Amino acid sequence: MSGQDPIAAFRVEAGELLGDIEQALLDLSHDLTSRDLVDSVFRGLHTLKGSGAMFGFDALAGFTHHCETAFDRVRKGQVPATEELVAVILSAMDHMQALVDGDGSGLEATGDEILGRLHQAIGAADASVDAAPATAASAAHPASAPAAQGWRIAFRLPTDCMTTGTNPLMLLDELRSLGDARITAQTDQIPSLDELDASQCHLGWQVELRGDVSRADIEDVFIFVMDDMTLEIEPMECAAPEAETPAAAEIVPEGEPAAIAPVTAEASTGDTPRNAKANPAKVQESVRVPAERLDVLMDRVGELVIVQSRLAQLSHQGVRGPAGELALRSVAEDIERLASELRDTMMVLRMVPVASLFGRFRRLVHDLARETGKTIELSTQGESTEVDKTVIERLADPMVHLIRNACDHGLELPEERVAAGKPEAGHVTLSAHQAGGEVLITIRDDGRGINRERVRAKAEAQGLIEPGAQISDSELLQMIFHPGFSTAAQVTNLSGRGVGMDVVKRTIESLRGTIDITSNPGEGSTVVLRIPLTLAIIEGLLVRVGEGRYVIPLAVVEECIELSLEEDMRSRGRSFITLRDRLVPFIRLREMFATGTRPDPHQKIVVITTGGERVGLVVDQIIGSHQTVIKSMSPLHRDVATFAGATILGDGSVALILDAVQLVAFGQEQEERLRAAG
Amino acid sequence: MQDTLTPISAANWDAEGQLEVLTFDLASETFAVEAMLVREILDLLPETIVPGASPLVRSVVNFRGKIIPIADLRLAFDMPAAENTIDSRIIVIEIDIDGEPTQIGIRTDKVHEVATLNRTDAEKPPVVGMRWRRDFVHELVRQPGGIVVLPDLPAIFHHKSPESAAAYSAAAN
Repeated sequence: MSGQDPIAAFRVEAGELLGDIEQALLDLSHDLTSRDLVDSVFRGLHTLKGSGAMFGFDALAGFTHHCETAFDRVRKGQVPATEELVAVILSAMDHMQALVDGDGSGLEATGDEILGRLHQAIGAADASVDAAPATAASAAHPASAPAAQGWRIAFRLPTDCMTTGTNPLMLLDELRSLGDARITAQTDQIPSLDELDASQCHLGWQVELRGDVSRADIEDVFIFVMDDMTLEIEPMECAAPEAETPAAAEIVPEGEPAAIAPVTAEASTGDTPRNAKANPAKVQESVRVPAERLDVLMDRVGELVIVQSRLAQLSHQGVRGPAGELALRSVAEDIERLASELRDTMMVLRMVPVASLFGRFRRLVHDLARETGKTIELSTQGESTEVDKTVIERLADPMVHLIRNACDHGLELPEERVAAGKPEAGHVTLSAHQAGGEVLITIRDDGRGINRERVRAKAEAQGLIEPGAQISDSELLQMIFHPGFSTAAQVTNLSGRGVGMDVVKRTIESLRGTIDITSNPGEGSTVVLRIPLTLAIIEGLLVRVGEGRYVIPLAVVEECIELSLEEDMRSRGRSFITLRDRLVPFIRLREMFATGTRPDPHQKIVVITTGGERVGLVVDQIIGSHQTVIKSMSPLHRDVATFAGATILGDGSVALILDAVQLVAFGQEQEERLRAAG
Repeated sequence: MQDTLTPISAANWDAEGQLEVLTFDLASETFAVEAMLVREILDLLPETIVPGASPLVRSVVNFRGKIIPIADLRLAFDMPAAENTIDSRIIVIEIDIDGEPTQIGIRTDKVHEVATLNRTDAEKPPVVGMRWRRDFVHELVRQPGGIVVLPDLPAIFHHKSPESAAAYSAAAN
């Protein structure tokens, strides 16, 4: 990781920073008076400017500077934060992202246009407060007018600063470059020699800096360490250093969760190559992993190395006698345990909270509200639910679509809502929770609901159903997933082009998930996405049918029972068993798979369940539970719906994984056919 | 269907009109696949039958941790099924299916050699006098030992056999 391109590292970092700023801005738009939020936006912009300049993104730094300046005035209370200002800064964020991604060429026009709007927004806000004379750009840091004589600076870094790559000497050099500096080290906190840890920084410094320097310039020196350090900056004319200075900027450490260790390399603060013309390379994917999880992984790997050397030793000595066999078995057991622990740890490493997904939609809803003229409130629940990273990424597009639909088609205009006796603001709720081996993601709106008549009319017009055909409500609602299906009377910028819902469905299905819609006229619609927790490994039940071995995902297995001889004989005519006073249809897999072998005398039934429906699968033998690494089937076998994939067994042979949903659907179909027949 | 397949199925004769192929036997006929497509030649592996799959690719094997289908070209050419022999091998090839590079194992009776064919010896399959499906044969090449058949692999694998699905649901009832 240390060899990572610093420019790429900056792009990743800038992306995160922009995300944070965006969240703060969106919060701010709800609470325009919050000083904390203004501060955090300002801090974010400031950091972005600083690191952008450091990595040679001069266009970004220049542009960000203007936004920062504007926000500085808000921070100082010279202009109030307004909706308009937040909106302009939000569009400025998009521009910044473009500057981060590209080399800044060809974007000047957009930038100038946004700056123009920014000045207007600030100007408008200005006028509403007071006739402040200066324009936004030139009014930078009025409070930090240069003090003629200079500044007295006292700072102390956190003791572990050197381990995080901060070099105090470079900070001092930077101060020297600002003007004539006299630096005194404060040695009062150095412990006695036997307690001294050479890797820690116990020194503090007092600097007398003379020259035409502004407070902001001095603060800029410390921007990267500001969060944890103590810093006092006082104008020099105060003779006594301990004089009361209300402006003394003691930077309170921010409540950053320290346990989150970025896996991406720390951007080195030192001599970075200034290649501003770096290619707009694809940002490398990275995952943030809590450090403790990495520690667990490291422990396991360490143990594995030890067991491996034991195994190597055994293979040299040869396994002789019962003692040798015992030793070999214990090694095998250790490896088995470690492999399963490593697997679990690894799976956890890939899990990220859905908060990162939900966070992206706040901006979307904010923009949608502005575009549609509706008032939309977005609330989220269960953000801490964790899902596999690849799943999160692939869920983003379908969810954008579903949220757009909810906001554009679902929610009514404010006056319609009031007329219908609902609160003026429409509500969209995103929630996530885990249920068994699945994550349920729900998108709920309290809008008008899906118009069945229109769906039916459209489906009939497109020939999807016969005019006047009897179909169930859920089948009717499923119609909207057909390609090219859109009921929006008028195509808007947001949705209604009829591309999308089929793509949503396909994406969800490619994640082996399902999508359910419920909708009550006048009360809104709910879309539930059921996504398996992970795509890579499942717990499975290994069974034998004829000569073939198959894996049934354990998550869907309800119970295993024996098919008694008399049941077996009786059920030649019908394929039902009675299970706790309920009829459960069953499928003889031997017949379905046409094994052509004689059935085992004692056949078993594995009862599986999905979505409340149960079906029994008759197998010859239940072998046991099996850690199943899912491998996809070749495209030549995609048409075989009964199998969700394949896996490789301990002996290297292949076992197929049964697709529970398909089998249950098949069982239900069979049941209905039988009912119809008699 | 034919239109969309032509670009992929065209054999890549080089500038001199030559083509490197791997020749193999299938029920006393000699077939050839472009050497470019061949990934590996394997001894027979334990196969797992996929119930409900098209008979052409009715089983899968574990090829270095990947699940690849095993194709029996006999079925495409209406040849009688035969037992495996000591010479039976699997040729793993990689072709594009639905835009996805896909590895497929082809079961053969015997693998011969890498040979160079000349385009001047090649002919399009005749309209009459051949009991095989014409669209499954790309070209026939005259060689000293007899005729070498260049099968149109993409056409064979794109061709879905509808009867398999029907047979499947019938068996399941």
